[in-house]
Amino acid sequence: MVVANRDVRGVTGIEAETLRAMYRHMLRARLLDERIWLLNRQGVVPFWVSGMGQEAIQVGLGMHLRPGVDWVAPYYRDLALSLVLGMTPRDHLLAAFAKAADPNTGGRQMPAHYSSRRLNIVSSGSVVATQLIHATGVALASKIRGEDAVTVTTTGEGATSEGDFHEALNFAAIHHLPVVFVVENNGLAISVPASKQMNTPDVADRAAGYAIPGVVVDGSDPVASYQQCGEAIARARAGQGPTLIDAKVQRLTSHSSDDDQRRYRTEEALETDRRSDCLVTYARRLAELGVLTSRAEAAMRAELVAELDLATAEAEAAADADPATILLHVLGDA
Amino acid sequence: MALTVSMPQLGESVTEGTIARWLKQPGEPVARYESIVEVASDKVNAEIPAPADGTFGEIIAPEGSVISVGQPICTIEQGAAAPVPAAAPVAPVATEPATPAVPAPQAASSAPAAAVNAPQPSPAQPVPFGSPSAQPAQPVPFGSPGTVLPAAASEASPVGTAAHGANGAGVPAGHGHVTPAVRMLLREHGVDVAEVAGSGIGGRVTKKDVLEYVQRRDAAARAAGPAPALAAAAPVAYPAPAPPAPGALPAGAAAFAAASAPSAGLPASAPAPSPTPTPAPTPVPAGDTAFPAQPAVAEEGDQLLPMTSIRRAIADHMVRSRQTSPHAWLMVEVDMSRVVRLRERSRAAFKERYGISLTYLPFVARAVVEALQRRPTFNAQWSDAGLVLKHDIHLGIAVALEENLVVPVLRNADRLSVAGLAQAMTDLGNRARANRLKLDEIQGGTFTLNNTGALGAVMTQAIINQPQAAILTMDAVVKRPVVIDDMIAIRPIMNLGMSFDHRINDGLQAARFLQDVKGQLEGLDESATLL
Amino acid sequence: MAVRTYLEAIREGMRDEMRRDDRVMVFGEDVGAKGGVFGVTEGLQREFGEWRVMDSPLAESCIVGVCIGAALNGMRPIAEIQFQDFILPAVDQIVSEAAKVRYRSNDDWHVPVVIRAPFGGGVHGALYHSQSLEAMFCHVPGLRVVVPSNPYDAKGMLVTAIRDPDPVLYFEHKRAYRSVKGEVPDGEYTVPLDRARVARAGEDIVVFTYGLMVDTALHAAERLSVDGFSVEVVDLRSLRPLDRASIVESARRCGKVLIAQEANLAVSVSSEVAAIVAEECFEYLDAPVMRIGGPEVPAMPFAKSLEDAYLVDVDKLEAKLRSLAEY
Repeated sequence: MVVANRDVRGVTGIEAETLRAMYRHMLRARLLDERIWLLNRQGVVPFWVSGMGQEAIQVGLGMHLRPGVDWVAPYYRDLALSLVLGMTPRDHLLAAFAKAADPNTGGRQMPAHYSSRRLNIVSSGSVVATQLIHATGVALASKIRGEDAVTVTTTGEGATSEGDFHEALNFAAIHHLPVVFVVENNGLAISVPASKQMNTPDVADRAAGYAIPGVVVDGSDPVASYQQCGEAIARARAGQGPTLIDAKVQRLTSHSSDDDQRRYRTEEALETDRRSDCLVTYARRLAELGVLTSRAEAAMRAELVAELDLATAEAEAAADADPATILLHVLGDA
Repeated sequence: MALTVSMPQLGESVTEGTIARWLKQPGEPVARYESIVEVASDKVNAEIPAPADGTFGEIIAPEGSVISVGQPICTIEQGAAAPVPAAAPVAPVATEPATPAVPAPQAASSAPAAAVNAPQPSPAQPVPFGSPSAQPAQPVPFGSPGTVLPAAASEASPVGTAAHGANGAGVPAGHGHVTPAVRMLLREHGVDVAEVAGSGIGGRVTKKDVLEYVQRRDAAARAAGPAPALAAAAPVAYPAPAPPAPGALPAGAAAFAAASAPSAGLPASAPAPSPTPTPAPTPVPAGDTAFPAQPAVAEEGDQLLPMTSIRRAIADHMVRSRQTSPHAWLMVEVDMSRVVRLRERSRAAFKERYGISLTYLPFVARAVVEALQRRPTFNAQWSDAGLVLKHDIHLGIAVALEENLVVPVLRNADRLSVAGLAQAMTDLGNRARANRLKLDEIQGGTFTLNNTGALGAVMTQAIINQPQAAILTMDAVVKRPVVIDDMIAIRPIMNLGMSFDHRINDGLQAARFLQDVKGQLEGLDESATLL
Repeated sequence: MAVRTYLEAIREGMRDEMRRDDRVMVFGEDVGAKGGVFGVTEGLQREFGEWRVMDSPLAESCIVGVCIGAALNGMRPIAEIQFQDFILPAVDQIVSEAAKVRYRSNDDWHVPVVIRAPFGGGVHGALYHSQSLEAMFCHVPGLRVVVPSNPYDAKGMLVTAIRDPDPVLYFEHKRAYRSVKGEVPDGEYTVPLDRARVARAGEDIVVFTYGLMVDTALHAAERLSVDGFSVEVVDLRSLRPLDRASIVESARRCGKVLIAQEANLAVSVSSEVAAIVAEECFEYLDAPVMRIGGPEVPAMPFAKSLEDAYLVDVDKLEAKLRSLAEY
């Protein structure tokens, strides 16, 4: 069914322009993600951890944020979120090749450790859930200073078993801090299913323990994601405290380039995931709404691939991290 | 152009992969990023994408083969697009942490350690050079390439864990055990550990023991007593001020002569310690530029005389003085007629009154002291901050001894008349020979006078007694033919030579100084009464 | 100048900095209304309010993690861990996060936090209120670890630590809180974080130590001086980084070295100081490097007899010094 343009907003609650923009963000992330996988399989990128299948919730969330004003403490699958905030494919390819000019870590960390002081993307390490407490601290500072900045933080559902997850929600809830916790729930912590991670059907159920709203959302639907994230962020900005968002997504790839999920998942499960691919379903929906034709989509795709090819070449040609700098920045003067 | 595709690393710690299935065959077109082969490894099974556009070339690794990471698996004939080489990822940099600074050992020389227990082989029992004929205990040979390292040195193993926490119970007794600090001090001061009484556990010689020993030894050496033999070999820096020796001998001449001609009355200028506490002087390297480049080698038939600590101290000071002060030398001839006459007229009464002989020395000393009063840059000392003009005049008078160089210091010499100087110098000389000089009589001199003439020398170039500005030698008074008013006459002539530090004074000042002394001596009032 | 206890000096350091810079805040259990279980933060919440002197939940990882987050967002937080024994749940936040943020972000981010905790025993605190765990943190690049021994250093170093742009672990000996007094200047002053201090000059033996052991060492040195032994006492003050230059200078000059600490001996600060001395002062040593510290049991037991057996007191230190002097 094709819906006329003027009805798009009535149907989705969102302007057509925004809907298209969200698709573009998702596609850009997906193309970049696929490219880095290929580079890994070629042997030129030693390690990659992907966000394929989780673009929708990340884009729906990111669209509400003011880069450099609001704060984000992401985790390692937030490629799409980082691009929405203003990082570029070139930035992440520099990281993938571990080049000196990598703005995330200067080649010091594995790729997918997103970080940018300029954009208020808080540096993270490889230990999961620690960033959740950092996010509450960031939010506390905003509140002490009376700012209207909001902090959002993301993680997988596996990390909600960590003590830091609970300590973070607890503290944020006690003081009604302006922070939104978004769990990108793909049902797997490497190979361990969610049923072995918690005794509740949804991560959102954990919120009750802290007396904060727990919201389940279809994380493959950017429209629903956009709406729910918008509400949670508005609540936070209004001083009503944190929300726990349980966004159901699909992990279309193995956990990382060192993992092969075909060894512990059935072909049926993988096929189900593939059919739920948010890029595919969203593209179809936008076509139905008349917001994005297949020709426009192809043009968009070609443009993004060209950007990507250029970024790949630039990043690959860039200088490697200089061994002479290895001792720098343990401590600093300022 | 053929591009070779290698087995990529699929996952950390993966070292090889198995070719599962080729997806392309030779001759087929290939696009960049298009999958060309399925590979299986321990961790992952993956499809490998082509690195470039082109035509599939040949299969190098057949299906089923196990290929190590980095080894070739196939080729691609490239098309127009520039190939992306399937290079292996750059390995992380293995930078070594900065190694902790390892201190350079104090002495670079190969000389043996001073930890001597066993006596050393020596040909006959030679008279240790510079020591009295009385035999000391085992002399340590002057270090040279031919010398054997004392076995005992290797026993000086640190106690380590035995002592740790056990209150030193594991410390081996006796002189065999030498700690690094003690070893360093023994080397620096040329001390044999066997000479030092140990107050540590089990009789261990401690750092304090060595330092106290050195203090006592240096004080004794300054007082001109013959020191017990032995010096360790390696010359190094010395924190204690070394006795300087204004040796009155031409360079290279036998200050060593004493060993072969004991009766040849050395024009001994004894070492007096530095007048002012010397800041740690720069170490004299084993290969000093003043010495020949080749070290001396004791060959068969040669005789090796052990070195006393006094000789070492003298040697060190001589080298150091030369290295410190640029020596220049000036000489004048003095017509001593008036001095001779005055002395002749006065000697008998002088002897009767004071009981001592009247020599030319006090006359010259008086003239020198007056010249120093008028020309203070010769009673001065060089420092980085500036030239220190010493207020007091403490005259060092060299004393000839059999086996030593002594320069007792006559304090405030400017306050004494010729007669007073004569008495004071005689007294100092006597007490110097009897080793009864007081502490302030063996240090603090501001100028040195050396009566080399007493031995018959007529021209002498002395070495400055650091840190003074100059040293004056008065050579023998010898009757010579001279020209006066175009006629030949006979006059008693004495040469006055002065080595001076050219940093402080130039030839002009030196000449004026000598002219001043000469003028006083030549213009002496013969009618003066000395008594 | 005024005489202050060690505890008062610490409080004043925080108070003065909080007055000077409204980014400074304190966060920990019982720091607010109660003023801290030892009273270190007494009066501060009254002066600065609930949001700057904040009672935390009973969750050490939260305490440190929140301070990290606040520091990333422009504050200068002081985390208080109630006892150093309870810092262990926060080790992940300290070691994985705070220590590495600057390095891992290639100097884009940094974490200006101070983490304070009382340590040490002799207060009948038994196994979980008496430990000395500072050595663990001395192993981690990206952290500073300091232990002041007297009120002057306590205040001056705390001020410097608060102003420092990187994480500082600031450990206070709990037995020093009220028992150690000293003069503290009235005005603003700082003490550097990476320098040792010669508490007593000497020539024959040097004792390297820190914390309350400094006082013990000074007493022992005094006893030895009566018999003509000259003992130098160096207060390390900074455990990471160690003041290598001061250690080497004193060790070379004296030639006999004793390292004294309350903590367990194995793999401790004393081990590192001993290694430095061995590496850089070998030629100057007149005796093996010796150490004295806590025995190999998990902290000190509750019974006074057992606690006393654990602790290094003046008598034990004096005996060790004498054996070294006589070596």
